[in-house]
Amino acid sequence: MSASTGVVDPTRRGQAVAGWILASPFVVLFLVFTAGPVLASLGMSFTDMRSTDLRSPFAVQFVGLDNYVDLVQDPLFRKVTLNTLLYLVLGVPLTMGVALAVAVGLNGLSRSRGFFRVGFYLPVVTSIVAVSVVWKYILRDEGGLLNAALGWVGINGPAWLDSTSTALPSLVVMAAWRNFGTLMVIFLAGLQTVPREQVEAAEVDGASAWSRFRFITLPALRPVLLFGAVITGIGYLQFFEEAFVMTKGGPLDSTRSVTFFTFDQFGYGNYGYAAAASYLLFLAIVLLTFFQFRLLRTKD
Amino acid sequence: MTQTLEKPAGTATPVDTKPPKQRRNADGIRTPGWLYVVMAVGLFVVVVPFLWMIVSSFKPESEVRAIPPTWWPHEVTTENYDQLFTRLDFPTYFLNSAIVALAVTLGNVVFCSMLGYALAKLEFPGKRLLFILVLGTLMVPGVVTFVPLFVLTTNLGLTNTLPGMILPFLAGPFGVFLMRQYILGLPDELIQAARVDGAGELTIFARVIMPLCGPAVATLGVLTFLTSWNNFLWPLVVATSEDKYTLPVALALYAVGQNATQYGLLLAGSVVVVIPVLVVFLLLQRYIMQGVAMTGIK
Repeated sequence: MSASTGVVDPTRRGQAVAGWILASPFVVLFLVFTAGPVLASLGMSFTDMRSTDLRSPFAVQFVGLDNYVDLVQDPLFRKVTLNTLLYLVLGVPLTMGVALAVAVGLNGLSRSRGFFRVGFYLPVVTSIVAVSVVWKYILRDEGGLLNAALGWVGINGPAWLDSTSTALPSLVVMAAWRNFGTLMVIFLAGLQTVPREQVEAAEVDGASAWSRFRFITLPALRPVLLFGAVITGIGYLQFFEEAFVMTKGGPLDSTRSVTFFTFDQFGYGNYGYAAAASYLLFLAIVLLTFFQFRLLRTKD
Repeated sequence: MTQTLEKPAGTATPVDTKPPKQRRNADGIRTPGWLYVVMAVGLFVVVVPFLWMIVSSFKPESEVRAIPPTWWPHEVTTENYDQLFTRLDFPTYFLNSAIVALAVTLGNVVFCSMLGYALAKLEFPGKRLLFILVLGTLMVPGVVTFVPLFVLTTNLGLTNTLPGMILPFLAGPFGVFLMRQYILGLPDELIQAARVDGAGELTIFARVIMPLCGPAVATLGVLTFLTSWNNFLWPLVVATSEDKYTLPVALALYAVGQNATQYGLLLAGSVVVVIPVLVVFLLLQRYIMQGVAMTGIK
């Protein structure tokens, strides 16, 4: 990008005009359906807007930070925040661990790698709603596939989705099952960048498979792992569909997430309150991303 | 399916899609046989929910609820599927899903290619800001925009319409990012040569660049189609009457509503939602893998 000189360059002018013509449809859609709503949502979060105000917009009152203050004091919001953090801290390591293990396994195969990769990726492309229906059925107390399988080895499995202690972890396992494929493909591509000479040299020197992994592969994968942590973390902070279909947020709100809470408040017509809750989630996502990219940068 | 696993060290089997280039893996180390066993067991665990879903959808309701559960149907029936089409209006949901997904895919391919090219190869004022905005949008959770979007959609009179489900997703940041990354890799000389020949900037985009973007367009198209087909939250909010439901919305509402106890029906519904996607995926998986790897690692 060189600075423009005083001379009018016909190509440069042509490029500027073409650039904006090509950008304009996206920019218009972006302003109307993304940037506008993002700002409107912020504005709404400072008002007492309700669904009934759609017809009489002048009845909307500015309430300052009231919605945010109410949220912080709302026991249900505290609970869903805690649940969302649980989804995050349980889901990210589990999903990344599975994805890394499968990627390393795939990378070790000398044939049929494509076949296995496609199979492991299958859950990613399927509808969350559809797989939630299937998993709800698999996790049933009696007649469920999981408890039947556990029964063969003499374990009496609980009603996974009906207990406040097992419902959330069950949803995390299901979400990890559905999501690990994306990370697996990213990690697999990252594994191709691991310096091969170093691995071979270490093998010649008699380093065990574990130390080759620990001291050569893992450090080389660091940027990819951090990128994976960012996108996976963003995903778990927005956890919603699985809980909506499988538990309806229950039992006793133990699987209700921040997005679920926002959706409920929207359904009750509390638009201002819902907008404020969604902005706190947005803030959490920005902070998480910023924090993780800082981590990423320190080593580059 | 296990054909390739029986003789890991043997000759190539017909199941292999690509002929093996080497007997050794990427690290130049011979693959131990047990790794195939471990991976095969892992793969079975991962796909077993799908297998069970498909098999169970052909069981009569009484057998679906049997304790202990049966694996293979004692009695094969299509009654669950018959009900989808007689008691529920699945063809309509299917059509709605297809229209929305195709429109969203077309919009993303066209608009994201345009901006992606501009960001990759043209110099124009505001370019950096635009790119930062695109990247920043990747972080915005859907839930942040949906209350104002709903107000906007209501004011435009688009609630409970298909355009109301399509418009907000017509051009997404992911597509711009993907197309930009791909077009950056195309040689500048092509564009300069076309300019020397007197081609206009828009002609260069349409006639020189786009014909070279086949793989990236395929990737973007498949990924957008799948995302849109599976999209749930927004259609759930916008569609208020049954004739506008998409497949996931219909399935979810039946799953949490009065029909929640009809497992056979719900499993058949899940099959109808999942199978088209699996077909698209299996045919075009090459492009998906490329896209994920391409945008995942700069």
